Amino acid sequence: MDISKRPQTFERQKGFSNTVRTEQVSTRPATYYLSGAKIKRFKMLEESSEPGWLSEEVKTGTTIIAIEFDGGVVLGSDSRVSAGETVVNRVMNKLSLLHDKIYCALSGSAADAQTIAEMVNYQLDVHSIEVGEDPQVRSAATLVKNISYKYKEELSAHLIVAGWDKRGGGQVYVTLNGLLSRQPFAVGGSGSAYVYGFVDAEYRKAMSKEDCQQFVVNTLSLAMSRDGSSGGVAYLVTIDEKGAEEKCILGNELPTFYDQ
Amino acid sequence: MVGVEDLVHFRYYVSSKTINKLIQVHDRIFCCIAGSLADAQAVTKAAKFQISFHSIQMESPPLVKAAASVLKELCYNNKEELQAGFITAGWDRKKGPQVYTVALGGMLLSQPFTIGGSGSTYIYGYADAKYKPDMSKEECLQFATNALALAMGRDNVSGGVAHLVVITEEGVEHIVIPGDKLPKFHDE
Repeated sequence: MDISKRPQTFERQKGFSNTVRTEQVSTRPATYYLSGAKIKRFKMLEESSEPGWLSEEVKTGTTIIAIEFDGGVVLGSDSRVSAGETVVNRVMNKLSLLHDKIYCALSGSAADAQTIAEMVNYQLDVHSIEVGEDPQVRSAATLVKNISYKYKEELSAHLIVAGWDKRGGGQVYVTLNGLLSRQPFAVGGSGSAYVYGFVDAEYRKAMSKEDCQQFVVNTLSLAMSRDGSSGGVAYLVTIDEKGAEEKCILGNELPTFYDQ
Repeated sequence: MVGVEDLVHFRYYVSSKTINKLIQVHDRIFCCIAGSLADAQAVTKAAKFQISFHSIQMESPPLVKAAASVLKELCYNNKEELQAGFITAGWDRKKGPQVYTVALGGMLLSQPFTIGGSGSTYIYGYADAKYKPDMSKEECLQFATNALALAMGRDNVSGGVAHLVVITEEGVEHIVIPGDKLPKFHDE
C-alpha cells in the first residue's frame, strides 16, 4: 500500500472515532439505521430548557416512495418537517420539480435537500436548452448524484429522482450518499424502515397506474402511523407522457389499518 | 438475535445460526427473547424457577399474566444492567390464549398481537396492514411465517431458521422452518 495514500484514508477513518463521530451521527438523516431514540440520547447529555426548534437542525425526517409503472412513475411523500421534537411545518410538499416530467422526493436535512433540488433544477434548465429537447431522467439523477457524492461529508440529504422521458419511459433512481442506481421502486426517509416488510410483500411487477397510486398511498399511511417523524398529509405526483399531475390527500382521507 | 451495539463496535460475528429464542417457562407458557442473549437467558432462568415455585404454591398452572409479571419485575428492578425484551404468550384456564409484551425498561402490555426485536421495525407496516382479529390457526401461522421471512430478509442480524410454537388447551406444537423453505418475496 502506498504510504502517501495512507493519510487520506486515515482521515476518513478518523471521522469515525468516538468524539467526532457522535456529532456527525446526530446530523445524519434518519434514513436506514438511525432512529429518533439515538438522537435523543445524545441530546440528553446537555439538557437545556429552551425549545427544540431554537437549537435543532431542521430535518425532513420523512417517508418518501417512488414506483414506476408501464408508461410513467408515481411519487409519494408525507408532509412533516421536524426540528428535534418540534414539528415546524406540517404541510410541506417534499416532492420538488426538477423539470416538467422529472420530480424528486426530498429527505434528510431540509436545507440540504432543497438546495440540491434547486441547483439541479437550474442545471437541468441549462442542459435542456443546450440539447434542445427534454432532459432524460438519468441526466437529472446523475446531476443529483454528482452533488451528493462531491459534498457527501457536508451534506446529509437523500433524494429519490423519478420521472418520464421518451427514451426510457418511467424510471426511478436512488442517489443515497452518492450512489446512482435504477430500481423498479424505492422507499426512503426515516419512516421507510417500518414499511420494508410491507413493500417487499405487496410489490408486484407490471402494476397499473391506479394500483401503483393505491400502493403508494397505503405505504405512506402505514409509515406515517408508525414513524414519529412522518405525518400530516400525503402528497402524490403521477408523471406520464402527458405531464405531471399533483394530488394532495388529507390525513382523514388516508386508508386506515389495524390499530388506527 | 445477537445484539451488538453498533455505535462503537463494528464487529458483527454470527456465533450461532440455529439458536432457539422461544423458551418454555411453563407447560403452556412460552417466552420469546430479544436483545442481549446472555441477559435474556439469565432472566428467563430466574423467571422459570419463580413461576414453577408459584404454581406449586397455588396448586394450579400459573396464569400467563403472572408469568409475564414475573419477567416484568425482573426487568424493571434491574433495568440499568439488563438489555433484553420479551414477548410472553400462552394459554391459561381463566382467560384463554393471551399475548403480553415486556419492553426494555420493564413495561408490561397486553395486546392481541405484537412484534419485537431489531427486525421488527421493518415489519410494522406489514403487520399493521395484514393483521385481522379472529384469524384461524392456519391464517395465524401463515401471517407469522410471512412476517418473519420479510424481517429476516431485511435485518442483517436476523436470519437462519424460523421457530414457531402453537400453544392451545390441548398442548404445545413446535414447528421449525429452515431458511430455504421460508416464503420468498420480491427482493429488489
